[in-house]
Amino acid sequence: MLSLPLLSITIFLPLIGAMAIMINRGGSKDITAENARWVALWTSVVTFVLSIVIWANFDDGIFKFQFVEKFQWMPLLNINYHVGIDGISLPFILLSTFLTPICILSSWKSVQKQVPEYMVAFLVMETLIIGMFSSLDLFIFYIFFEGVLIPMYLIIGIWGGPNRVYASFKFFLYTLLGSVLMLLAIIYIYYDLGSSDIPLAIMTPFDPKVQIWLWLAFFASFAVKIPMWPVHTWLPDAHVEAPTAGSVILAAVLLKMGGYGFLRFSVPMFPEASEYFAPFVFTLSVIAIIYTSLVALAQTDMKKLIAYSSVAHMGFVTLGIFTLGSYGIQGAVIQMISHGLISAGLFLAVGVVYDRIHTREIAAYGGLVHNMPLYARAFMVLILASSGLPGTSGFVGEFLVLLGTYEVSKTFTILAATGMVLGAAYGLWLYRRVIFGKLEKPELLSIKDLTSNERWTFTSLIVLILWIGLYPMPVLNLISPSVEHMIHRHNLAMNPDENWIEEEEQTFEIARKS
Amino acid sequence: MFEFYTPDFLPILPQVILIATALAILIEGAFTESAGPALIRRFCMGALLAILISALLSLIAFGLGKQVTTFNGMLVQDAYTLFCQMIVLIGSAAALAIGLPGLENQKLNRFEYPALILLATTGMMFMVAANDLISLFIGLELQGLALYVIVALQRDNLATSEAALKYFVLGALATGMYLYGASFVYGYTGSTNFDSINAVFRYGVEGPISLGSMIGLVFILASLAFKLSAVPFHMWTPDVYQGSPTAVTAFLAAAPKIAAAALTIRLLYLPFGFLVDYWQQIIIFISLASMVLGAFAALRQTDLKRLLAYSSISHMGYALLGIASGGAIGVQGALTYITLYMFMTVGTFAVILALRGRGERCVKDIEDLQGISQIHPKMSMMLAIFMFSLAGIPPMAGFFGKLYVFMAAIDAQLYTLAIVGVLSSVVAAFYYLRIIRTMYFETRPETVQATYGDTMVLTTEASFVLVLSVTVTLLFFVYPSLLLNMTQMAVNSLFN
Repeated sequence: MLSLPLLSITIFLPLIGAMAIMINRGGSKDITAENARWVALWTSVVTFVLSIVIWANFDDGIFKFQFVEKFQWMPLLNINYHVGIDGISLPFILLSTFLTPICILSSWKSVQKQVPEYMVAFLVMETLIIGMFSSLDLFIFYIFFEGVLIPMYLIIGIWGGPNRVYASFKFFLYTLLGSVLMLLAIIYIYYDLGSSDIPLAIMTPFDPKVQIWLWLAFFASFAVKIPMWPVHTWLPDAHVEAPTAGSVILAAVLLKMGGYGFLRFSVPMFPEASEYFAPFVFTLSVIAIIYTSLVALAQTDMKKLIAYSSVAHMGFVTLGIFTLGSYGIQGAVIQMISHGLISAGLFLAVGVVYDRIHTREIAAYGGLVHNMPLYARAFMVLILASSGLPGTSGFVGEFLVLLGTYEVSKTFTILAATGMVLGAAYGLWLYRRVIFGKLEKPELLSIKDLTSNERWTFTSLIVLILWIGLYPMPVLNLISPSVEHMIHRHNLAMNPDENWIEEEEQTFEIARKS
Repeated sequence: MFEFYTPDFLPILPQVILIATALAILIEGAFTESAGPALIRRFCMGALLAILISALLSLIAFGLGKQVTTFNGMLVQDAYTLFCQMIVLIGSAAALAIGLPGLENQKLNRFEYPALILLATTGMMFMVAANDLISLFIGLELQGLALYVIVALQRDNLATSEAALKYFVLGALATGMYLYGASFVYGYTGSTNFDSINAVFRYGVEGPISLGSMIGLVFILASLAFKLSAVPFHMWTPDVYQGSPTAVTAFLAAAPKIAAAALTIRLLYLPFGFLVDYWQQIIIFISLASMVLGAFAALRQTDLKRLLAYSSISHMGYALLGIASGGAIGVQGALTYITLYMFMTVGTFAVILALRGRGERCVKDIEDLQGISQIHPKMSMMLAIFMFSLAGIPPMAGFFGKLYVFMAAIDAQLYTLAIVGVLSSVVAAFYYLRIIRTMYFETRPETVQATYGDTMVLTTEASFVLVLSVTVTLLFFVYPSLLLNMTQMAVNSLFN
């Protein structure tokens, strides 16, 4: 292990970059903007490198939290700054640190208004996101989780489209409404436990009657965030109005906060309640998969279509998580990572043509393959990955989820599989309308193909998508010890016998001492 | 044998300093032929200095951590009193400092203004130090009368006169109710001293308490709700906030509310501490009503000060939530809450007072802030920080204030109250976001160009206040223990 507090450095480095941008504001507007871009890019690239270093030093043979740091924060209340990562949080951290530089690169030219503030918002958001994925204290988690609202609200509201005010308010208030109930549940757990330590809370069995309420409070927050049908309506609005990079980070990382929350809190802390509510979540997930896929078919706006497809893909995630089995949960994690890469790619692809033509209407396009062959290829890979074609990461995730669901319920598996077919339908149809056909529209005649910046971005995304699709073992190895441990604990909690109580008490003691 | 009794003045040295300065200002002002702006500025600086010295003395005494009673047990100086005194003093010093550059155009440039501020502050200090129903009344009246005059200082303005009259009439009514209630309490317990009243309830309560003391308690609580501007006695607040000159509104928002909340805590937990089952339901109701009404009534306001008035009503509701939970955790939460609230309010008003338009007028409506981020990026960023904080979004200080009171409420198993509280905080978030939207998401229209908020007047004192309040609001999370330890000390001294 390294002696440096590597995890904290990774969390707070973007914040330091943001402060550097804020302080360094002299000179003309163009110079300030250019400086801000470079500082933001370098900070986020260094953060990415740091997260790779963490990955390299991460021992994926064990399920325990690693890189743990613990300091007294509010000693009077026994609330500590406690961070650490396991196999479930690390992939999300890598995803966020990988996508932030891409977001900054993609806004290099397209954002010209208040550039320093824009970069500050993205860097602050990166800090909050990494912090959220690595917090091991309930209150610290809540602060990071909720704090993300501020930069995202500003990103949508300041740099968004014409209807940005409505979208930003809807985004903010919806997610806030979900989160505040979670806050009360956190406080309740804190008093029940005498501590807000997450590892301790996972070890402690709660009264099943209380679990139901706590589960619901957490569900309110995560279901809005991920989002599940019927509380998904903020997502299409937010996506359509957000600037390209905002949509990317929103779809690729922010939605995962909900799924991560289910995995970190709902399932391990409230096993009885999770089991009890599983059919309910299944129903909502399957409705989301089928209904939002149908809605996506009817969209005329590209971003909105992708937004609805996100809801459908997240339906697979919640389905997988609440199978409460190894395949399902691993599939859900892979699906989240893969959706992070694919939806990022798709939103960037929309951004590419939007920057050139300034419309997202599907009808305004057609025949792009003639002028933009590279773009057509990249877009094709992304669309196929989104539809779950074997060989892409989308397939691995959805397949594992369906496999896990099959063990639990055949009906839901069949229904969810229907959703995959619909997914292919809206994806391919979108592709046909935008890329194929005759290049007739006058404004499209002089459209340029991908610039070198864009080429690099798409290449890196597609390489990762294909890598996870063809050889998912590194990622599966990373996540499986933690997932297996979670399932193991869940099964023990559901079928208690004397052995496990002893074993648990030992682990409990160890956790207390550490 | 008649023996002349001299009380010990040392414990009330901070108050004495303020009174002496106020009298000196009055005398010198009255004997000066023409009180020009330079003189008034000197007076204000003198008053500011006196308040700061007084705050420093309170801090030193707080550090000593002794409990001293004086004036025959009428006043008590313990850690709780001193802590609240400090907060009140910081609040009034900050309000005075940020109001200075606007005195002239708000027609507050009279030498009485600093003297009255000092007297009002002294009254608040007596309020938090009171250990007797009579001394409490004296403090209440001293601050009340001084405040009525401050609000009415801008004589030729119709709105101001209306505000002052409303404030005075309702304030006088509240005072009457207080006296009526206090007389009941005196009649049924035989004492006006807090400790004696407490003793009566401690040893005397077997079965239901006497109806007379209950009536007394209810009347006293009603009058305190007036001072706190808690629902259903909140009606004066929006009008007075809106009608008063902005510098005065800042003062009203910063200091008296803090004093009233501090006083309410002492009154409920000291003389009536054993009646917690009786007053808890009343406090729960006014807390609930204040949170909800404050959240909903502010939604459609267009006047900035009126909006802040409703916001203060709902914030008082949250502070009362802590008080309602009936224990040390709750009191600590409430105390932390009002302290942080003071900093946020002062900061908000500092920004509002600094933004000027043609004719040196202050920003008045929310609309005046339209697109202001393009002209004053720093000011709008600070105002945005205060708004997020007032909305209770982490990691701003306002979130921690809310967190502590909700912790207390959950601990006391007031689940319904806590749920209503968080839900109304979501409603309230809407109007704070609206201000941020106006500043950031909208472009500055041509028509209001150069009318409101284009120029900026920021003096050294005001920028100091701004930096202080932004630091507290934004960086509270770095070292929350500083404030928590202080409030813990204060609460411990209260519960001994």
